[in-house]
Amino acid sequence: MFGLKDDWSLDVPARYFTLEDYDGGVARWCPGCGDHGVLTAVQRICRDQQIPPERMVNVSGIGCSSRFPHYMATYGFHGLHGRALPVAEGVKSRRPDLDVWVATGDGDNCSIGAGHWLHAMRYNMNMVVMMFDNNIYGLTKKQTSPTTQTGFKTNTHPRGALLPPIDPITSMLGMSNASFIAQTVDWNPVHLHDTLLLAWKHKGLGFVRIMQRCPQYTNQVFSDFQDDPNSLLLMQHDDGVPVDPALDRTFKNRIEHDPSNMAQAIELAGRRDVIPIGLFYCDPTRPCYDDQSRQGLGMSVEDKLAGLEREFDRFAI
Amino acid sequence: MTDAVTQSRAADGAVIVHQHIVEIVSDSGEGAQKAGQSLGAVSAKMGNGVWTVEIIPAEIKPPARSRAGASGIRVRIGDRKITNMGDQADMVVAFNEQVLYGRLNQGAYRPGTVLLIENKWAADPSPEIRAAYAEALAEFKERGLDIYELPLDEECKKHTINPRLGKNMFVLGMLCRIYGRDLQRARDEIAFIFRKKSDKVIALNHTLLQAGFDYCGTALPFRYHITPYDAESAKLVINGNQAAALGMMAAGVELVAMYPITPATSVSHQLGDSFPATGGFLHQAEDEIAAIGFAIGAGFAGRTAATVTSGPGMALKTEFIGLAVMAEIPLIVFNVQRGGPSTGLPTKVEQGDLLGTLFGAMGDTPKIVIAAATISECFHMLIMARRLAEAFRGPVFVLSDTNLATGVTPIPRPQPKAEWLSPPPDQSDWDSSIAAYAWDEATGVSPRPIPGQKGGEYTLTGLAHNSLSKVAYAPEPVQRGLRMRGRKLAALQRTLRPPRIHGDATCCLSAGARPWVPSMKRWTGRARKAAESARSTCASCRPWSPGSRTSSRTSPRWSPSN
Repeated sequence: MFGLKDDWSLDVPARYFTLEDYDGGVARWCPGCGDHGVLTAVQRICRDQQIPPERMVNVSGIGCSSRFPHYMATYGFHGLHGRALPVAEGVKSRRPDLDVWVATGDGDNCSIGAGHWLHAMRYNMNMVVMMFDNNIYGLTKKQTSPTTQTGFKTNTHPRGALLPPIDPITSMLGMSNASFIAQTVDWNPVHLHDTLLLAWKHKGLGFVRIMQRCPQYTNQVFSDFQDDPNSLLLMQHDDGVPVDPALDRTFKNRIEHDPSNMAQAIELAGRRDVIPIGLFYCDPTRPCYDDQSRQGLGMSVEDKLAGLEREFDRFAI
Repeated sequence: MTDAVTQSRAADGAVIVHQHIVEIVSDSGEGAQKAGQSLGAVSAKMGNGVWTVEIIPAEIKPPARSRAGASGIRVRIGDRKITNMGDQADMVVAFNEQVLYGRLNQGAYRPGTVLLIENKWAADPSPEIRAAYAEALAEFKERGLDIYELPLDEECKKHTINPRLGKNMFVLGMLCRIYGRDLQRARDEIAFIFRKKSDKVIALNHTLLQAGFDYCGTALPFRYHITPYDAESAKLVINGNQAAALGMMAAGVELVAMYPITPATSVSHQLGDSFPATGGFLHQAEDEIAAIGFAIGAGFAGRTAATVTSGPGMALKTEFIGLAVMAEIPLIVFNVQRGGPSTGLPTKVEQGDLLGTLFGAMGDTPKIVIAAATISECFHMLIMARRLAEAFRGPVFVLSDTNLATGVTPIPRPQPKAEWLSPPPDQSDWDSSIAAYAWDEATGVSPRPIPGQKGGEYTLTGLAHNSLSKVAYAPEPVQRGLRMRGRKLAALQRTLRPPRIHGDATCCLSAGARPWVPSMKRWTGRARKAAESARSTCASCRPWSPGSRTSSRTSPRWSPSN
C-alpha cells in the first residue's frame, strides 16, 4: 500500500484503489454460484495490481457468467451471445493502453461463439479470457451445453445428453499461435486467483477454463471432485501457476509439468480420473496481433493529409 | 441509344454525337481492359464525361473462345457527366466471335451496333473454327449488327511476332482515330502503363498504337466527335469502391474490419494498399459477424471504425446492428449492395439491401441510412457518415451498388481538410454526475464516455437499459430509451436540406435510398411539384423509418391522370 523509499520518505500513490473501487453492485447470481468466487478473485487482482478502473474493459457475451461486467465498477461491454471475443479484439486493436478481460461461458464460447474462439487464440491479443464452464446453459434454464457430460439429463435432452462433450483444453492445445492455456476450479479460490493473475501477467491471450459449479443445475457434476482434494491434480513448475503454501496440506496430488511440453500437456488434458489444474501450455514468444493492429497510432494530422494527397495522386489525371 | 440524331458534323467532318458506348471483348489475357482503360483515361483528360466498366467472366481463366468467357471492357464517352454504363453499345471490337455471343445474349448490342471483328478465324486451320466463325457472322448479320471484318492479327504481325500481346494497342490506335482522340495523350498513357517495363516494350506499343491509327485512316469510314466539357479542373479517375476506401481515410476512419464479399471486397483491396498512408489498419476478420463486432469494439473504445459488406454479409451482421442502435455505438457500415435473395446475383446491379437496411433489425431500431448516387458521393458521404455517427451516437449506413463499385469515372479531386479527420479519443476526466446516456430531452442526443475517461465507467448492454446503462426491468425506462433513440432521428430530420434534383424532370422518380430523404415532407412536396409540372409520374416514395410520421403521405401516388 505505502512504499518506504531509500530516503525514508513514504511513497504515497496519488490514487489508491480498494476492493470497493471495483465493486459494481450486488451480484444477482444464485447463492453458491461459482461466479461469485471468480468475481472476487478478479477484484482482488485489480486491487493488488492497482489497475485504474477507467483503464479496464470487461467484455462478455450472453449467459449467467456474461453478467460479470455489470458487477465490476469499470468500463464494460455486455454484448451478444457468442460475440464477446470479436468485440474485445476490436477494443484492444487500437487501444493498447486498455486492460481487456473477457467473461464467457461454455455455451457462449464453445457453441455459438466457437468460430471466434479458434481465431481469438490465433490472434493472440493481449487479454485474459475466462471461460466459466458449468457444463450447462443456466440462464435459459438447463439446456444441454457443448460441455455437458453424455447422459446428463437436461431440459432439451430429458433422457440424457447424446453427444460426448467438447473438451475445451484439448481443443485448444495445438491451436495455431495459442500461447497460454490453463485450467482451474472455482472451489479452490487460492489457485483460481493465482491462475488468473498469471494469465493477466502473460503477454498474449491468457485462456483460462474455470470449472465452476451451478448450484441449481449441475451441483452433482462437480460434488465428488469438490469433496475429495485428491481428485485435483496440481500441475507445478517454475513457469507454471505457483503453488501457494496454503495448499500444501490439503492438495497433495501433484505432478511436475513444464508448460512448454505440449505432448505432456495433451496427455494430462486427457485425464478423466482427476482434474488437472494449473498451466497446461505457455509460449510467451508467440506474436500478438495487437502489436500489428496498433500500427499507425499517433500519426500527425499533417502526415495523414500528406498521405491522402499521395494516394489521390495515384488516381489523378 | 446513339444520340447521333442530328447528324451535325464537326469541322473535320466527324459526326457530332452526345455520347457513344464502345466495348472491347476478348478472351481473358488479351489486354482488352488495358486498351479500354487507356481510351477512358485519354477521354477523361480531354475533358469528356467517361464511365468505364470491366466485363469479367465468372471464372479466373475460362477456356478460350467460349461464349460465357467474355473478358473485356465497356467505355461510355459523353459530352457531359456520365453516371452509369448505359444500355446498348454503339461500337464493339471483338477478338473472336464466340465471346461476342455472351454479350449479345445479355442485350449489350442493338441492330446497327458497329462490330469490328478479327477475321483470322475465317482462315483458321481447324474446319470447326472456320465453320463456327461463318455461322456466327451470319447470325450477327441477321441480328442487325453492322459488321466490319478486319485483319487485326495480320496487321499487328508487321510489327510484332506475338500479336496476341500487342493487338490491344493496335485497337486503341484505331479507336483514337475513330473518336478523334489526342494521340500524344494515348502515347503518354502507354508510357505510364508500361512504366515498369523496358523502353523497348513502350516503343513497340507506341508503334502498334500508330499502326492502328494509320490503318483506320484508310480501312474504316466513320469518325465521331464528342465535345469535351471540362478539361481544366483536377480530377481523380476512380471507381466507387476505391473512392469509398479513400473516403474512409479522409473521414478519419482508422480501423476497417471486413470479410471478403463480392462486390464490396475491392474496398478492402484499396485499403490494404493505401490505409497505412493515414495510419489506419485493415482487419480481415474470420467472418462477417466478427468483422462488425471488431469494428463495434473499436468504436466503443473511441476509435473511428467502419465495416464493409454486401447482402449476405449484411444479413449476418443484423444482430450487431441492433446492438449498435440499442447501445448507441458510433459505426460506419459501407454496403455495396448486390442482388438477392440468398447468394443471388453477386456481380450484377441491384439495390437488394435497401429495405433490409431500413427495417432489418428487431423492434424499433431507428438508424441513419444514406445512399450514394455517384462515385464522388461514395467518397464524400463517408465523411458525412462519420460526423453523423458521432454526433447522433449510432450506426450510419452508406449504400452503394455494383454500378458504382465497378464503374470508373473522373470525379473532382477532393480537397481534404484537417477537420475531416477524427481527433484522438477524449481521455479527459468525465464528470461522474453525468450518466452514460444523459439523453437531451429535445434531441435524444447524449455525450459519450469513452473507456479511459476517469469517472465515466459504465457497462454497455444490448438489454433495455436506463440512462445509467443499468438493465431496465420496469416499463418506464424501457419506454424512455425507445423514445430518446427515436428522437435523435427527429432531430436529424430538422437539419436536412431538400434533395438535389438530377436531370430535367421529364420523369420524376423518388426513392428511399436517396440522400437527405428523411426530409420526407419537403421531398415529397418538391417531388410532387416537379412531377406535376412535368405531367409525369411520381413513383414509389418510401418512408425511411418505421417511425416516420410522414409515411402516410409517401405511398405511391401514381395515377394516370397526373
